Amino acid sequence: MENKGTIVYGIDPLVIRDHYEIDYLHSYAEDSPFFIGLTKGKLLGSRCTACGYTYSTPRAHCMECGEPTIWHQLPLTGRIHTFTTCHYGGEAFLKETPFTLILVEFADADTLFLSRLKGMQPDQVHIGLPVVARFAKVPSFKVTDVWFEPADEE
Amino acid sequence: MRPVYMISGGITKFAKAHQDKDFRLMVKEAYDYALRDVPRFSKDMIDGAVGSYFSDHFTRQLKAASMVQDYLGLCPKPSKRVEGGGATGGLCFQSAWEAVASGRMNCCLAFGFETMSRVNTWKGNEFIALASDTNFDFPVGGFYSGYYAMMVQRHMHEFGTTVEQMAMVSIKNHANACYNPYAQKAKRLTIKQVRESPMVATPLTMEDICTMSDGAAVCFLASEAVASKVCNHPVKISGVGSGSDAMRMADRPHGKVILLPHEREADYRELKYPGVHSFRGGRMAAKLAYEMAGISNPGKELSFIELHDAYTSSEIQTYEDLGLCKYGEGGHFVESGMPFLPAVDYGLELPDRGLLPVNPSGGLLACGHPVGATGLMQAVFAFWQLQGSVEKHLGNGKLQVKNAKRGLIHSHAGTGTYITVSIMEAV
Ligand SMILES: [Zn+2]
Repeated sequence: MENKGTIVYGIDPLVIRDHYEIDYLHSYAEDSPFFIGLTKGKLLGSRCTACGYTYSTPRAHCMECGEPTIWHQLPLTGRIHTFTTCHYGGEAFLKETPFTLILVEFADADTLFLSRLKGMQPDQVHIGLPVVARFAKVPSFKVTDVWFEPADEE
Repeated sequence: MRPVYMISGGITKFAKAHQDKDFRLMVKEAYDYALRDVPRFSKDMIDGAVGSYFSDHFTRQLKAASMVQDYLGLCPKPSKRVEGGGATGGLCFQSAWEAVASGRMNCCLAFGFETMSRVNTWKGNEFIALASDTNFDFPVGGFYSGYYAMMVQRHMHEFGTTVEQMAMVSIKNHANACYNPYAQKAKRLTIKQVRESPMVATPLTMEDICTMSDGAAVCFLASEAVASKVCNHPVKISGVGSGSDAMRMADRPHGKVILLPHEREADYRELKYPGVHSFRGGRMAAKLAYEMAGISNPGKELSFIELHDAYTSSEIQTYEDLGLCKYGEGGHFVESGMPFLPAVDYGLELPDRGLLPVNPSGGLLACGHPVGATGLMQAVFAFWQLQGSVEKHLGNGKLQVKNAKRGLIHSHAGTGTYITVSIMEAV
């Protein structure tokens, strides 16, 4: 917070600069093992102990039946379910544009996983493309510690 | 439950910025307009209010609806705030409906507003993206246009929907707005211009996406006794429905279609539903609203629709959720010309033009999307259509749907996480 006087943008109406920032103590709580898993090169989904529904993005309780899930290690390869290349973005990501978002589908899982695709020209990306997970060497303990790159066709 | 009527409505002009008015004054202007429209009605007949705005971040003023309540002189009457992302306005409308239908109130004010101009556009996009899972979605590149782009890529893959069909929605809604003085972004476009405007998230361009706005809207809902006493042309709210879906798009199931009365399971043998191409919550909202209003074939029994076209693609997706056409046929539905108005020149070949106008007002794409006001704005436009008073309120009758008997309004949040559908009827 600066204390060098107030910036005034206009006087009719009176418009001033009003700065605001905050640090949170953000807990991943029951999702924590997923983020720890990324630091070990593992993608952890979850599987329902009652109905077997398998989540690529983990959750501690099943959305279908409400029973607890257990951690379930996903394969590191999957396919692109859908994609887009963003040329604009929220302010936090504007400097990273253009970037490509993908939803990844894995064999034996019922849901998808949102990630970024790197290492490919945007006009080459297509639905069904095989992709492989890559992990950050220095973790930031965020979901961006994993991303995907094109994999060789099987 | 007892019957509920809308007796008046008002809106401010939606604009990129109203720096000379704060949210209280914007609501006051819409409120005063609505009061003037029913001279036999008076402020002391209002039993309470429901306020709606989406984000505490945009104005950095918590409890902003309380400040509107006191500004309008409605204290100490009952009041509350409703928040549900993009569907905030639609949820507010239904909350006011509940207050009257239950008998708790004889007249309830629904007011909504948003001031989005106090931060820059990209910070605004970041605030909106915080309405996605902040552990798993937001950090990857939180951007709603990106999420909708992924949905329509899959829609195109499943059904063959084209970017030209999406561009036709943009042409339609921006051209309709040329006759709506409340709209923020009226213009004539061609398919080429839509496609050549800056790419935001493939395949969505700037002209496929609604803009942020400052604005406010209000509706007065009342019991039959109040409506018949003060209003010459009340409009009945004959059906309400709402639905929901998982916050994360990644979590959407791939199962069976929720069928409407005019559909059969055989229509969708191969379709995995909703996936990321359709809005299950919208289908649920429509199904419940149609059941309450006694609608069995929406495409034939509705006169017009005001739906939540935050994106050209989501208008096409929503045609299908509402059962105006089958899943997969939304692109052909727009090409047929059915959702266009008969009296407006679009510069397009439209064989079945005007059979079921969608977003005659210009929708979010052209009117703007001041989130908390949007769902109520739709109700006000639908109210004027069903009263046959479009010319009186817009200064010209070009957008008036002839013999409008029954309209549908549709409000939509997130990537389809909350959706409301309300049916309104001329009486
Ligand atoms: Zn289960």
